[in-house]
Amino acid sequence: MIKIIMRKMIVVLVVLAAQISVSFAQDLLRIDITQGNVDPLPIAINPFQGQNDQPSMIGADIANVVKSDLNRSGLFQSINPAGFIEKDLRVNARPRFGDWRIINTQALVIGKVSNLEDGRISIEFRLWDVVAEQQMMGLQLISTPSNWRWVGHLVADAIYERLTGETGYFDSRIVYVDETGPKNRRVKRLAIMDQDGHNPRLITTGQSLALTPRFSPTAQEITYLSYANRQPRVFLLNIETGQQEIVGDFPGMTFAPRFSPDGQKIIMSLERNGNSNIYTLDLRTRVTRRLTNTLAIDTAPCYAPDGERIVFESDRAGRQQLYVMDADGKNVQRISYGEGRYATPVWSPRGDLIAFTKQLKGRFLIGVMKPDGSGERILTEGYHNEGPAWSPNGRVLTFFREQKGEKAGPGLWTVDVTGYNERPLKTPGFASDPAWSPLIR
Amino acid sequence: MRKLFRSSNIVVALGASVLLAACAASGTVSGGYGGSGDESAVKELVRNVGDRVFFATDSAALSSDARSTIMRQADWLKTNGKSLTIEGHADERGTREYNIALGARRANAVKDYMISLGVDGSRLETVSWGKERPVSLCAEDACWSKNRRSVSVIQ
Repeated sequence: MIKIIMRKMIVVLVVLAAQISVSFAQDLLRIDITQGNVDPLPIAINPFQGQNDQPSMIGADIANVVKSDLNRSGLFQSINPAGFIEKDLRVNARPRFGDWRIINTQALVIGKVSNLEDGRISIEFRLWDVVAEQQMMGLQLISTPSNWRWVGHLVADAIYERLTGETGYFDSRIVYVDETGPKNRRVKRLAIMDQDGHNPRLITTGQSLALTPRFSPTAQEITYLSYANRQPRVFLLNIETGQQEIVGDFPGMTFAPRFSPDGQKIIMSLERNGNSNIYTLDLRTRVTRRLTNTLAIDTAPCYAPDGERIVFESDRAGRQQLYVMDADGKNVQRISYGEGRYATPVWSPRGDLIAFTKQLKGRFLIGVMKPDGSGERILTEGYHNEGPAWSPNGRVLTFFREQKGEKAGPGLWTVDVTGYNERPLKTPGFASDPAWSPLIR
Repeated sequence: MRKLFRSSNIVVALGASVLLAACAASGTVSGGYGGSGDESAVKELVRNVGDRVFFATDSAALSSDARSTIMRQADWLKTNGKSLTIEGHADERGTREYNIALGARRANAVKDYMISLGVDGSRLETVSWGKERPVSLCAEDACWSKNRRSVSVIQ
């Protein structure tokens, strides 16, 4: 029985009672992540120690997850432990700050793992500002040992949040399309993994082509396009039970689905006689509503996070361009006016930006613009980049990149909304159509 | 509501499934190559009548070549009781959702023309495969132009 367990495990988060140093009103470390190319903050992350200050396998594993999350964000640079001077660190003792300043550390993480009588583990850690010689955070988490990777993501999120003032995104998942086989007979299955690429699992069989998966706001369900019955149809898949159903009873092909922010509706395209228009289906009442009515291709709809407006692409003016309309389909306004074509718009979870794929002179670019169409910025460009999706905090985008060539296939990438820190996201095989889960807290 | 399958049966180690996929690809995977068991009719349609027409980039307009092919398909349909599924396809140089819509537009352009030639519309179905099923694989327009197509398949 597959279980993509999201919230089943108990994690207890407690602020460590004993503040080791008294905090005075003074400027502590802070990373401004709205800047583009910031220098990463040097941070020393010690392997979390075990009982009686002995080395702990699980403690080292947890520290490695924290390290890898923070490094991947591009905002941190973890320092090689080989250079650490102070070795006998204890979570409840003040570190020797001078030893850390010598190796240019600005932040220091010291942690400990202890076994509880009921079989669970307790994880305690403290974050220190080495320059100010102040504790910035002290937390305790209680979980089961098998959840060490998850614990690592929670610790990394806590550190990221304390130092940037932004919501973390390391405790999240990515659903995508796993691709195998030659280009003309490609098998496409849905797969889900942690945001760092770990724990990938297939969640459909590959019997039918599966495309464009999107998370529900609870991350329990996925809506996607399936060619089951050899007709493109929007499906709903419960990732905990594995149950699926067709969404709605439409006469034509349905595609390009997404959830509304309240999870009550699915918005999608319905094609009839060669025209594609945008519809919503209320999942409780089963009422469908037509939002656009043109002879053009209206597709790739996506709600604003407040649910009040919808961005979509349409070729009603001749070529694919981006449009914004009210949730009831009124007040349609074109927002993209640049050269080239604009497609696959996605509204940031912060509401401030819309990401898109842009085709210009035979190249495929990923960019962002404000919801009124101003402030367009290109984040990456190349032979083929497509299908951006936002991290839950709206700071990072994932997208897929196709390489040129018969044997080539797509892979997943991430890039900061600033355009810096572009990195491949490792998957077991070819991968496309990524979507990032929301945070469930 | 339909329950297709429970994913509990189908989750396998990713490494193993990648190996399996290569085998699965040639057989059970849907790919727009359906059709009846009537081999001589299929042969006739593909070889003599012409089962496909080609389109310009981002266009569903029918060229004169395309019209000739569709006319032959319409004449051929009048000699037998067959029904066709018209598959619309796009090349890989577009975005996924748009290409699905574009494939549908192309398939419908063929269907509409056939109806204008007197074919009963109830004998014609359309489906779009977007950019999912290319037949030519090079990364040049020589191949892309062969993938911007409609293919008429006997139901």
